[in-house]
Amino acid sequence: MSVLVYTESENGKFKKTAFEVASYAYEVAKQMGTTVTAVAINSDNPESLGTYGVAKVLHISDDSLSPFNAKAYAHAIEQAAQQEGAHIVVVGSSADSKFLAPIVAAKLSAGYAPNVVAAPENTNPLTVKRMAFSNKGFAHTQLNTDHKVIGVSKNAFGTVENKVDTAVEAFTPSLNDADFTTKSVEVDKVVGKATIADADIVVSGGRGLKGPENWGMLEELADVLGAATACSKPVSDMGWRSHSEHVGQTGKPVATNLYIAIGISGAIQHLAGVSASKTKVVINTDPEAPFFKAADYGIVGDAFEVVPQLTEKLKEFKAQNA
Amino acid sequence: MKILVCISNVPDTTSKINFTDGDTKFDTNGVQFVINPNDEFGLTRAMWFKEKQGATVHIATVGEASVEPTMRKALAIGADEGIRVNALPTDGFFVAQQLAEVVKNGNYDLIIAGRESIDYNGGMVPGMLATLLDMNFVNTCIDLQIEGTNATAVREIDGGKETIATSLPLVIGGQKGLVEESDLRIPNMRGIMMARKKQLNVVEPVETNHGTTDVKFDKPAPKGAVKLVDTVDELVDLLHNEAKVL
Ligand SMILES: Cc1cc2nc3c(=O)[nH]c(=O)nc-3n(C[C@H](O)[C@H](O)[C@H](O)COP(=O)(O)OP(=O)(O)OC[C@H]3O[C@@H](n4cnc5c(N)ncnc54)[C@H](O)[C@@H]3O)c2cc1C
Ligand SMILES: Nc1ncnc2c1ncn2[C@@H]1O[C@H](COP(=O)(O)O)[C@@H](O)[C@H]1O
Repeated sequence: MSVLVYTESENGKFKKTAFEVASYAYEVAKQMGTTVTAVAINSDNPESLGTYGVAKVLHISDDSLSPFNAKAYAHAIEQAAQQEGAHIVVVGSSADSKFLAPIVAAKLSAGYAPNVVAAPENTNPLTVKRMAFSNKGFAHTQLNTDHKVIGVSKNAFGTVENKVDTAVEAFTPSLNDADFTTKSVEVDKVVGKATIADADIVVSGGRGLKGPENWGMLEELADVLGAATACSKPVSDMGWRSHSEHVGQTGKPVATNLYIAIGISGAIQHLAGVSASKTKVVINTDPEAPFFKAADYGIVGDAFEVVPQLTEKLKEFKAQNA
Repeated sequence: MKILVCISNVPDTTSKINFTDGDTKFDTNGVQFVINPNDEFGLTRAMWFKEKQGATVHIATVGEASVEPTMRKALAIGADEGIRVNALPTDGFFVAQQLAEVVKNGNYDLIIAGRESIDYNGGMVPGMLATLLDMNFVNTCIDLQIEGTNATAVREIDGGKETIATSLPLVIGGQKGLVEESDLRIPNMRGIMMARKKQLNVVEPVETNHGTTDVKFDKPAPKGAVKLVDTVDELVDLLHNEAKVL
C-alpha cells in the first residue's frame, strides 16, 4: 500500500526533479499513513533517495532501458505498482515523465492529475490542486479511481529533506518485444549547457533584441548565471533562435527560480507559459510594456546598455561571493 | 492511409479566465473558442499527408453541439469528415475512452492529437488513447514522416530532440514544429462553403467512468507591484538579498 514514485535519472545521476517528486510522495505517504517506494532505472546511487523520505527503492538495471523508452518504462512502473500494491503513483513533469504518465494511468485504469502544485488537500477522496488554463487558473481535482497518478509540477512543491533508512532491492520487470516497438535512433541534445527544463535561471530574449547577431550578450549573461537561454515565439518563428528555445503557451513552459525577460513585451500567450517562475525580471525600453505588470523587478532601459552592465556586475558579484 | 485528427475545442489564447457557479465551472461568457493550437499544427500536417500521400483525414471531437463551429473550421481547412461524440469532455480518461471507440469503429492507421489542450493542460488524452488501443505512441512530436507502415518521428526532449523509429498504427501528441507557423491555413471562402456539405456524424458516448472530477477552480493571487530600479547594482542587490535567487 506504499506510495510509488518514479525517480528520473540521466547517465546514472538523479535529476533534481527526482528529489522533488520523492519529497512530494513522502508528504502524500505521510498523509496516508504509509511509506514511499521509488522506482529507479539505471541509477548509480539509489540509496541517496533516503534523504528525501524514500524507504524502499526498486532498482532496475537494464541496458535495454537506456535511452529512455516511454512504453517500456511505463510497463515497468505498472509492474512495480502491482507488486507493491501501490494505488498512488507520483511522477514529475519533465518531457519524459509527461510522456509516460498517461501510459501508466491507462494501464492501471487510473485517473491522472498533472501539473500538481501543492500537497493533497484531502486524502479521501484524494484531492489535489493543479495548474490549469496555462497558469491563469487552478483546478482542485478529485481522483475517483482506485489507482491514481499524480504529476508534480516543477519547482512548486520544492525539495524537502526527510531522512529515512532506505532498502534498495533489485527489481526485474518482465518486458518483451512489444514494449520496444518505438525505438530511439538518435538523441540530439546540448551537453554541458543548462536546459530550460532543468535550469534554475532562464535568460530570455524577444524581438526587442533586433536580430540574431545580438544574442551574444544574452549568452554571456546566461553564462555568468549558469542559466539556460530562451526566446519569445516570433524570435523562433523568424529563425533567429531555434524552436527549442521558444517558451510560452505554445512553446516550452518555464517554472524556474529566476526568469529574466529582455526585450519581450509580455503578450498574454508569453506570460501564460512563464508565469510559474518564482521571480521575474524585465528589461524593456517601454515603461508601458505589459510584462512590467507581471514582473517582480524591472529596469526601464535599453537592453544594449543594461545587459552588458548587468553581466559585468554579476561577474563582480560572483567574484566577491565565490 | 486513414488519419484521425483529434480536435479539442478551447478558449482562444487571449481569453480572460473566469469561473461561475461558486467557482465550480469555467465561465464561457464572452469567450471565443478555437481549434487547440497543438491540434492545428497536427491538422495541417494531416493535410500534407492528404495532399502528398493521398491520405483520408477525419476529425473527431468529444463535445456538445456547441463545438460544431470549431469542427466546421477544421473541415474548412480540409478534413474530409467529422465525428462528434456527444458528451461534455470533463476528464481526459473519459475523452480517451470515447475516442478509442471512434478509432476502433473507423480503422484509422494514424491518430494525430496534440501534446496538450491549452485549457485544462491535461496532456493525457493521446497517451491514454494509444495505450487503450495498444498502438505506438510518440509525444511532443515535432516531425513525422510515414513510408508504408514505417514511421519516423522526432520528439522534443528536455534540452534537445530525439528521433524515433516506429510503425503504424500510431498515435502522436503533436505540437508546433510538426509544420511551420507559416504553413497554418486560414479557411478560405471555398473551403467554408465545402465544409457545410461535409459529413459531421454525431455519435452517443459509450458508458465509461471518469478518472477525475474538477470540484473547484480559483485564480492565482494578484501580483504585487513591480519594483522598478535604475541601476544594475540595485537589481543585483535585490535579487541577492530580497528575492534570494542569486
Ligand atoms: C495562438 C498564439 C499562440 C502564441 N504563443 C506564444 C508563445 O507561446 N510564446 C510567445 O512568446 N508568444 C506567443 N504568441 C505571440 C504573442 O502574442 C506575441 O506576439 C509575442 O510574444 C511577442 O514577442 P516579443 O515580446 O518578442 O515581441 P514584441 O511584442 O514586438 O515586443 C518587443 C519588446 O521589446 C521592447 N524593446 C524594443 N527595443 C528594445 C531595446 N533596445 N531594449 C529593451 N527592450 C526593447 C519593446 O518595447 C517591446 O516591448 C502567440 C500568439 C498566438 C496568436
Ligand atoms: N474533447 C476532446 N475531443 C477530441 N480530442 C481531444 C479532446 N480533448 C483532448 N483531445 C485531444 O487530446 C490532446 C491533448 O489533450 P489533453 O489531454 O486534454 O491535454 C488534444 O490536443 C486533442 O488532440
